[in-house]
Amino acid sequence: MSVNAELQNVTAKLSVKNVSKTFDSAQGKVEALKDVSLAVGEGEFVCLVGPSGCGKSTLLNLVAGLEKPDCGQILVEDSPVTGPGRDRMVMFQEHALFPWLDVMGNVLFGLKLKPNLTDPERREVAKFYLHLVGLEKFERASIHELSGGMRQRVALARSLAPNPRILLMDETFGALDALTREQLYGEIQLIWEKRKKTILFVTHNIREAVCLGDRVVLFSPHPGRIVKTFDIELPRPRDINDPALTSHASEITSFLKNQFGRAVSE
Amino acid sequence: MKFSNYKRWTVSIATFCVLIAVWEIAVRKYGLFEYILPPPSDVAGYIWNSTIDGTLPAAIWVTIKRLLMGYAIGLGIGIPVGMLCSRFNFFKDTVGLLALGLQALPSVCWVPLAIMWFGQEESAMLFVVVMGTVWSMILATEHGVKNIPPIYLRAARTMGSSGMHTWIKVILPAAFPSILGGMKQGWAFAWRSLMAAEIYVTILTGFGLGQLLHYGRELMEMNQVIGVMCVVIMIGLVVDKVMFSPLEAHLRKKWGISKD
Repeated sequence: MSVNAELQNVTAKLSVKNVSKTFDSAQGKVEALKDVSLAVGEGEFVCLVGPSGCGKSTLLNLVAGLEKPDCGQILVEDSPVTGPGRDRMVMFQEHALFPWLDVMGNVLFGLKLKPNLTDPERREVAKFYLHLVGLEKFERASIHELSGGMRQRVALARSLAPNPRILLMDETFGALDALTREQLYGEIQLIWEKRKKTILFVTHNIREAVCLGDRVVLFSPHPGRIVKTFDIELPRPRDINDPALTSHASEITSFLKNQFGRAVSE
Repeated sequence: MKFSNYKRWTVSIATFCVLIAVWEIAVRKYGLFEYILPPPSDVAGYIWNSTIDGTLPAAIWVTIKRLLMGYAIGLGIGIPVGMLCSRFNFFKDTVGLLALGLQALPSVCWVPLAIMWFGQEESAMLFVVVMGTVWSMILATEHGVKNIPPIYLRAARTMGSSGMHTWIKVILPAAFPSILGGMKQGWAFAWRSLMAAEIYVTILTGFGLGQLLHYGRELMEMNQVIGVMCVVIMIGLVVDKVMFSPLEAHLRKKWGISKD
């Protein structure tokens, strides 16, 4: 496979059909998800929002194939998800980079598991993505030398490198300071437009969701299910401080407050 | 940075020079502890002469060979068994428990048993060194693997890693800081137990440093006793600098872990 073929934009539609998932906990059985259905189009950016314990992260793990649903089905294009796969990469809240590898080594990790590529091709692909996230000068750096924002950029490059069709982001920017986060909102939108990935983005920050998503899907807890979906039709790239965006966000927030009778953490 | 390093070295070296000089003068000039504590020049003389006649290098070689072989066997058994213990409860509840118990046993306690089982042979010494190493290696590896942040494994799985690939490329490197701690501890146990064993029993197949020390005492050759002790110290320091320091420096650089 040539590098150009490897770097082609690929995307996929995702459908979640009547998925339920129950966990055993100290308090007995917890219904993390109950009969959840969701269709995500090719190249769509969908944000899952809800209070903690509403099952949004569980849904992400199910799509990632890290856990299995009790019933229901998850389809990528038309094939069911049976386990983790390179077509769906995950970015976690903590960067989850490997400290024993340098930046380049981390980005290469997934690529090395990809057959049909020579090592020089893999390096070229890795460099492409490091360039995309603006860290081409740091390929030899150790992870601990990087700032929080840079680490998440490396994690993004690492997730993009095997060229997944779907990118799953689990509160990816949650642990960053506000300034770095705002910067990354711009970058992720740019990269999403360039690479045409389908993105499923979990967050509890409503403004963040409105800023990034084509659609914001609202979850409610106990049992976890989808209560409402908001289409966000604001022009891109969006700025989190845009008043129009803020009004969308407050609309969703007040819906949430009415729904649950309590404020949801911003 | 450079300058302060230089300064610290100077201070260290000067301190030792003064100490040695005081010791030398105390014995030579004032005849203090003449019979029980030879002056440094006598000790140096012993080291020099026995190096020339070959007894000291031969003993060093015998001891180091025992140590390295036993240590390598200990690592070779301890790391895989530790991995098994971390992965399967069956191993944890059997070998793991045994390791926990035997790790508390000073490894010199194995010497009488080793002599009865293997006789005054090389294998008895190897056995003692292995016993000193293997239990702490098992425990350190198990502990290291158990304490890997689960997120590393999840990330690896999503990228398509599984089975042996995960063990070699993720679990072992992630557990390495803990394994290195076990290696240091295992080394210290092995070194101490081997010295004790060599002093305690004469091994007919080879004359190690411990035996030189023992016969130094028997013959009241105090310069030999102290000379061999100096050599033992030097070996310990060299091993630390050659084997462990680079690994620790590597860890510090990569992981940003500082133990200083």
